[in-house]
Amino acid sequence: MAVTVVPPAPPAPPATDVARARAPRGPLVRSPLVRYLLVRLALIVPTVLILVTVVFFFMRVIGDPITASQGGRLSADQLAERKAAAGFDRPILQQYAEYLGGLVRGDFGTALTDRREISEVLVTNGAATLELTMWALLVAFAIGLPLGRLAARYRDRLPDVSIRLFAVLVYAAPVFFVGLLLKLLFSATLGWLPASGRASASVEIALTNVTPKTNIMIVDAILYGDPGYILNVLEHAILPALALGLLTAGVFIRLIRINLLETMRTDYVTAARARGVSERVVVRKHAFRNAMVPVVTVMGMQIAMMLGGAILTETTFEWQGLGYVLSRYLLARDFVAVQGIVTAIAVVVAFSSFLIDVVNALVDPRVRY
Amino acid sequence: MTAIVVTETSGLTPLAPTRRRGLPGMALLRSTHGLQRGMLLTGLTIIAVFVVVAVLAPVLAPYGFNVDRADGVVFGTQQPPSAAHWFGTTVGGQDVLSRVIFGARTALAVIVLAVSISLLVGVPLGVVSGYVGGKVDRALVLVTDALYAFPSLLLAIVVAIMITNGRSTPLGGIFAAALSITVVFVPQYFRVVRNQTVSVKNEPFVDAARITGARPRRIIFRHVLPNVSQSIPVLATLNASEAILTLAGLGFLGFGIEPSSAAEWGYDLNKALSDTSNGIWWTGVYPGLAIVLVVTGVTLVGESLNDILNPMLRTRGGGATTADEAEIVADDAPSVADGGPRQAHDSPLDPDPDGLAAGAPLTEEAGR
Amino acid sequence: MTAPTVPAVPTASTGPARPVLAFDRLSVTFASDAGPVRAVREVSFTVAPGEIVAVVGESGSGKSVSSRALLGLLPGTATVAGSAQLDGVELTGLRGESMRKVRGDRIAMIFQEPATSLDPVRTVGWQVVQALRVHRPMSRRAARARAVELLELVGIPDAASRIHSYPHQLSGGQKQRVMIAIAIACEPEVIIADEPTTALDVTVQAAILELLRDLRDRLGTAIVLITHNMGVVADLADRVVVMYRGEVVEEASVAQIFAAPAHPYTRRLLAAVPHLGQGRSLSADPGPAAVAAAPGPAVVTSVPGPPVVVPPSIPALAVRDLVVEFAGRLGAPRLRAVDGVSFTIAPGQVLGLVGESGSGKTTVGRTTVGLVPAVSGSIEVFGTDLRTASPRVLRDLRRRFGFVFQDPSASLNPRSSVGAAISEPLSVHAVGSDASRRRRVAELLEAVELPASFARRFPHELSGGQRQRVSLARALVLGPDLLIADEPTSALDVSVQATVLALFQQLQTEMGFACLFISHDLAVIDLVAHDVAVMRTGRLVEVGTTAAVLNAPQHAYTRALLAAVPVPDPAEQADRRRRRADLVESTRG
Repeated sequence: MAVTVVPPAPPAPPATDVARARAPRGPLVRSPLVRYLLVRLALIVPTVLILVTVVFFFMRVIGDPITASQGGRLSADQLAERKAAAGFDRPILQQYAEYLGGLVRGDFGTALTDRREISEVLVTNGAATLELTMWALLVAFAIGLPLGRLAARYRDRLPDVSIRLFAVLVYAAPVFFVGLLLKLLFSATLGWLPASGRASASVEIALTNVTPKTNIMIVDAILYGDPGYILNVLEHAILPALALGLLTAGVFIRLIRINLLETMRTDYVTAARARGVSERVVVRKHAFRNAMVPVVTVMGMQIAMMLGGAILTETTFEWQGLGYVLSRYLLARDFVAVQGIVTAIAVVVAFSSFLIDVVNALVDPRVRY
Repeated sequence: MTAIVVTETSGLTPLAPTRRRGLPGMALLRSTHGLQRGMLLTGLTIIAVFVVVAVLAPVLAPYGFNVDRADGVVFGTQQPPSAAHWFGTTVGGQDVLSRVIFGARTALAVIVLAVSISLLVGVPLGVVSGYVGGKVDRALVLVTDALYAFPSLLLAIVVAIMITNGRSTPLGGIFAAALSITVVFVPQYFRVVRNQTVSVKNEPFVDAARITGARPRRIIFRHVLPNVSQSIPVLATLNASEAILTLAGLGFLGFGIEPSSAAEWGYDLNKALSDTSNGIWWTGVYPGLAIVLVVTGVTLVGESLNDILNPMLRTRGGGATTADEAEIVADDAPSVADGGPRQAHDSPLDPDPDGLAAGAPLTEEAGR
Repeated sequence: MTAPTVPAVPTASTGPARPVLAFDRLSVTFASDAGPVRAVREVSFTVAPGEIVAVVGESGSGKSVSSRALLGLLPGTATVAGSAQLDGVELTGLRGESMRKVRGDRIAMIFQEPATSLDPVRTVGWQVVQALRVHRPMSRRAARARAVELLELVGIPDAASRIHSYPHQLSGGQKQRVMIAIAIACEPEVIIADEPTTALDVTVQAAILELLRDLRDRLGTAIVLITHNMGVVADLADRVVVMYRGEVVEEASVAQIFAAPAHPYTRRLLAAVPHLGQGRSLSADPGPAAVAAAPGPAVVTSVPGPPVVVPPSIPALAVRDLVVEFAGRLGAPRLRAVDGVSFTIAPGQVLGLVGESGSGKTTVGRTTVGLVPAVSGSIEVFGTDLRTASPRVLRDLRRRFGFVFQDPSASLNPRSSVGAAISEPLSVHAVGSDASRRRRVAELLEAVELPASFARRFPHELSGGQRQRVSLARALVLGPDLLIADEPTSALDVSVQATVLALFQQLQTEMGFACLFISHDLAVIDLVAHDVAVMRTGRLVEVGTTAAVLNAPQHAYTRALLAAVPVPDPAEQADRRRRRADLVESTRG
């Protein structure tokens, strides 16, 4: 399971005493938000660099990609020849530098097994993963937000207890097990929904000719304009979205519950009550907005975590996304492809954490000013 | 999931050390209430059953985990549950019940290894880095942050490939799986422990030790570590459940333990996936339920521990110290004539702000 | 002990008006892990229209609980019995919508912590508008216009643009003004002010008290003022209700309470309040004294007690041109917290360092013990500069000073027993054997007037005052020559503060250590310090003997600070108020 974390609170100033000491103000200080966001933007570079480096060297510890994928199938001479041709016989640092250079130009290399351009894989299969995570997020929000609020509202009473139990169970069940159960029930037993794929084969073929082709199935279907196709695509999305969304919903429920409970105890909530604001408005306008500040951070991290869950979900439902191809490349020991995909995921993760900070700044005026 | 640990442990104040009477666990249990106690006991029971099953697997299981025949008679593949095979047989013709039971053994071994290795590496690293600070600390934070944001299953896969390439022995398989999970956990422990260290090291009592001239080693062991360590049980419990899920995920994708060397639930689920289209449910449902059950048990214990150790979340703010009152009373005893001298302990007044803060209900009607 | 029902005492200022608010045998009980706790027991008193009634008590007296019970703001674990009536309408049974209509519209509340009582993600204007529109059907535009008026009324400068500010952009005093604007938005009959100035600096406190009095005079609102500060009571209240352990022990007009307190608890409470002008400032002639800023012979003041031997050569602590800076956040410019501070403390002398929050006084204390690095300047302890000393010399030097922190709950390791805490400096410096350390701990516990059995206890089993005594014992265990005490009593209740201060004075006289005593409370400084240094925004504005600084302040800031301190004496306070108004007038002109 993937992990997320709340970033540590900014360190407190060394002494409370200095809070109001005179601060000389430079021109940049006037827009702390801009400076803050610029710093965060700049932090993406080392984050990506670290991940790329870790992945590159981890994967090379075991040898060169050619030997890994073709070892046993080719003779030693052929291997050496292929290695030389691909440049894998040169010093590792040189290869590393070249790989980084390629990345900067947007060149992720070519898969060894099926000769696909990795950048092309990222675009087509990435769109599928994007679609899956969007559906799953929709499910997670639709389930997580109301249930989290309900649990907080009826703390320690029956709704809270059952919702919390639900959250624990949903967390405890691996996505592939939930997926398996869903398939057993809705597909094998009831026959209501398709068990795998992003659309029926005929629909998929029909949609390949859509222009502009977005690779996001539902958008393509809408562009094509056939309601039957749209329905078909939606039917295929329900089970995977549920499997991945439920897992995330469990996290959302607990997060929202705990943060709402904490904000409901704050002085400003009491103060709002004391000026005659109704309980409903207190929760909606004061507690919820404030509770969202930490929740947004973790929810953002959760999106990165969903990419991990997506690998399992896509494998379960044969959803042709990044995770699906990644696990295939992994089993084929095609490390050039694996490295490219993992690197792309790292970039996505780094950028999404930057986006979270932007959202955070919008929610919390203390960051903005 | 650790998100929750971190948000929930962020408000942890050190649990008051109590004088030990009897088992330490009993004191913990005694401090719980109805619902919380129910959660804790359920979780503990599940864990106890899990551990017993894991340890006694060879005794409890009717067959070996990789056996497809008994007394020369082949079980048959994908047989539905029957008297001979309570949970049916797999596509490979093995007994599902036996594989589920032996799977507990694998899971327990991996949990124990993964959590203890991560503790051994992550905690000292976090304490030292947080206490010493400086450039090394900043670099470590940057690296762990990067690893942390990364989908952990992916990280575990990369490490698993790195470690297991080629070689595969039963012990090595379990060890390799544990190590891959460790790589995911170390950054977590590091972050939690480091951040707590940073906040504890700025506490006045640490300053007090520094002023007397205590050396860093003394401060770390005497003052920082004891006050940081109380968040570790919660983290370790919740990590244990994550370890099971990561192990199952690795197995499901085919990067876990070799199927012939140990039974593993995630691997069985992968094999069961294709069975679903034929309506064969027993090959997948039983190992899946085993995962859910164990993770639920461990999570329940972790959650209750967290609730108990985190006074911010306690439903009822019991006797806050009002010994200041006692001081006044002691001075006052002769003059507060009508009730006679009051004892300090018989009237633990709840000072208003704390009392209000600890138990504010969500709605004004909620608590009534 | 008062009778259960106390007839409303007609006071000179209000006359025998029909009470707007009447408590009648109000009791509040909390269900807790340890069984039911009776926080308020049969409290009865009344408030007349336009009257300011102070409810006085220390922590745990139930003073806040009883007022919160009025508005149904207690947690679900509380049960309320008895009666509280607003203009004849019973409040205790009100639920839901009928209670909501009372809150804010007829009874408003001001809280202790302005910093946390305003919603951080809403603008202050939004919150004032909300307070208006909750009870009055008015358009958004009209409400906004009214909000600006209200903010102007409570003295927020440039209110029209300030309504767009978020709470964190305002100072503490301004936030409390906004809270007051919210409270008066619907012109309630009663305002409950729960420790409205406790979190504020004294100069800000004076202004807020002024505002409250002004509002009462102009709007005729009755105010229930909940406070522990007798100076605030003397400044503002018409009548006083003294609470102790959940009961009303005395009720009288403000003049009577201060002149002739009837109940022994009230008497002791009043005696415990440090009174500006009754400490060391009394014992010497006013007038400019030799300022201790330059090294040299220490200023010898006429201190009661054994004469302290003052070697003229080496001061206990000599700070010269101290500059401390902190890194700003995210590349922001550095903050200069301490800017060129110089002072000396002769052996056996106590220097009181006074300042408001943000003045840098705490930073000075922390820098002198090496917790915070200095940018420039020198810190000499008995002639050795801490900044240039070798680690070994520094370690030996550390044996000669102790430090007492402000927060008694955070300054002791929760995992160490009291005995271990006190003996820690001994083990750090490898002084004595286990047995001798135990003896020393027992000695120290006796010195701070705690039983020897406390050595086995843990900090959480102690009260705030007891913890502070342990803290003091730890600081003194090596027999230091220099003690640095950072607000050692400001987290304590008045009566506990009095006993701890008395103990401090006694130990200081007996042991003869020099002390840098940091405090925001001039009355406390007056009590313990021989010399006073006044600090403001990182600089020392005035240094001199306690008598000189407190009786004849030279600097305008010192004068303003002194004028702002409320004195626990209604007549004197009224007089001071007039003089303060003149002072403000004269500085404006």
